Amino acid sequence: MTADPTPAVEIRPASAVEISGVTKVFNPGGTNEVLALDNIDLNVDAGDFVTLIGPSGCGKSTLLRLVAALVDSTSGTVLVNGKTADQARLDRDYSMVFQKAGLFDWRDVSRNIELPLELMGWKAADRRRRSAEMLELVKLVDFAHHHPLELSGGMAQRVAIARAMSFKPALLLMDEPFGALDEMTREHMQNELLRIWSETETTVIFVTHSISEAVFLSTKVVVMSPRPGRIAAVIDNDLGTRDDTARDTPQFFANVSAVRRVLRAGESQ
Amino acid sequence: MGLKRLRGSLRQVIVFSLFVVLLMAGYSAYKGFGQSIDDAQTDWPVVGSILPRTDDLTMPSVFEIIAGVFAEPRGLNEAFGSIVLREAAITLREAAVGFSVGVIVGLTIAIVLSSSQLLERALVPHVIASQTIPLIAIAPIVVIWGRKNMDFLPWEWHDWMSVSLIATYLTFFPVAINGLRGLHSPSSEALELMDSYAARRGQTLWRLRLPASLPYLFSAFKIAATASVVGAIVGEISAGVTGGLGRRILLEAQRYTTGPERLYVAVLGAAALGIFVFLCISLLEYSLVRRKGTEAIL
Repeated sequence: MTADPTPAVEIRPASAVEISGVTKVFNPGGTNEVLALDNIDLNVDAGDFVTLIGPSGCGKSTLLRLVAALVDSTSGTVLVNGKTADQARLDRDYSMVFQKAGLFDWRDVSRNIELPLELMGWKAADRRRRSAEMLELVKLVDFAHHHPLELSGGMAQRVAIARAMSFKPALLLMDEPFGALDEMTREHMQNELLRIWSETETTVIFVTHSISEAVFLSTKVVVMSPRPGRIAAVIDNDLGTRDDTARDTPQFFANVSAVRRVLRAGESQ
Repeated sequence: MGLKRLRGSLRQVIVFSLFVVLLMAGYSAYKGFGQSIDDAQTDWPVVGSILPRTDDLTMPSVFEIIAGVFAEPRGLNEAFGSIVLREAAITLREAAVGFSVGVIVGLTIAIVLSSSQLLERALVPHVIASQTIPLIAIAPIVVIWGRKNMDFLPWEWHDWMSVSLIATYLTFFPVAINGLRGLHSPSSEALELMDSYAARRGQTLWRLRLPASLPYLFSAFKIAATASVVGAIVGEISAGVTGGLGRRILLEAQRYTTGPERLYVAVLGAAALGIFVFLCISLLEYSLVRRKGTEAIL
């Protein structure tokens, strides 16, 4: 048997995330059994910005946690970068941002950003350098040694994003990250996130229940309907420009209407 | 230390001193009143029948007590206060060792129990039950055990180590119970975050659970530190070891009629020792858990 030479081309999975036939039942067999997700299929291509939108109880957060391997599916498969979700978690292929910034208040901003790098065993000097780089990315250079309690909600969430991006994961999972922010801060954070997304070429899956947020941010809007959680529609969302000016274009309003129509249809079922 | 903090500390010292003066005044006032019950019952018939009477033996005057600090007991060439201070140092050593061992034991128990719900449910009742055994019952056992069976240790066993062990028995408990609460205190989101970074158990313990426990642990340390002094004093008394504040209190109680102020001085010495260890822990807390936006309570 002759040994094949290893192929010169790098084999890259076409999809960043492949979800097929996924069902999630909470408390199976119990009286409080809930079918949270029913037979979900979804593909997320590398470089996509995909938003999951839907009313409470549609399972959008559960779907995100399945991708993160923080919960297990009852049946079906979830592949992240071509591996099982749990293997991807162990390989640190993704990073997560929650609604609460969840900074550790005994660490200053810089050390919060270094947390994942510490867990990965980086040397102190490398961590310092990367943390400084990330502070520049989220424009918080002057706040490196502030403590979380001294930050506003928007600033804390920017630190959380910097922490998530610190090891430059290919995939960023965001669970209503701007849900607790006021409207002004929220729009500002959306602009910043788009800038970071285009600068870093990260794939993003973003959970929200704001229609305008979904339409402004994503390349693809996944509309979900509740009880049981299903995908009602996947809307390709191309606004042309990817900055603040897009908010006032006719295309933006048209896509907002389209998403709203699907959401309403899901409700009236 | 900024000027503002200095001024804050100064204010605390002033308030504390004022309170001591107030306590002395209250003591003196009651002493006078209690003695007047005896002298003129007719003026306070009702109150006099409820409140206990006093005399110079049961309540020596404040001045006598203060004089007792400086007086040299018969046959000795040393002020009584300095004798008490030396014995307080012995007790402090026993308490400090007992406290340290108690913290290690308590933390270990907390970490082990927090790792499994089954262990926690099964063993916490035993931890609680351990505290219902009276100290005076185990004290002699520990001392006799120490004298007879500790020769496997690489160092020589002294009686004061047995007293430390008795103090440990009181100190591990608050550390274990509060530590357990502290280790469970991180939010589910914080734990999910660590999971999402594929953090190992030890990493989550060291970088999340333990730092999050510090406020809980320091409340426990304050209780444990004062309890370690109590444990050491009770240990000395019931174990029959020589030296230390406990022995001094026992001795002065036995010859109370010939010098009541000496027992008062010894007891005040014990109280001062308790306050001292409490302050030590508070200072440690201030330097370790100083967080922006939160005030240290000293």
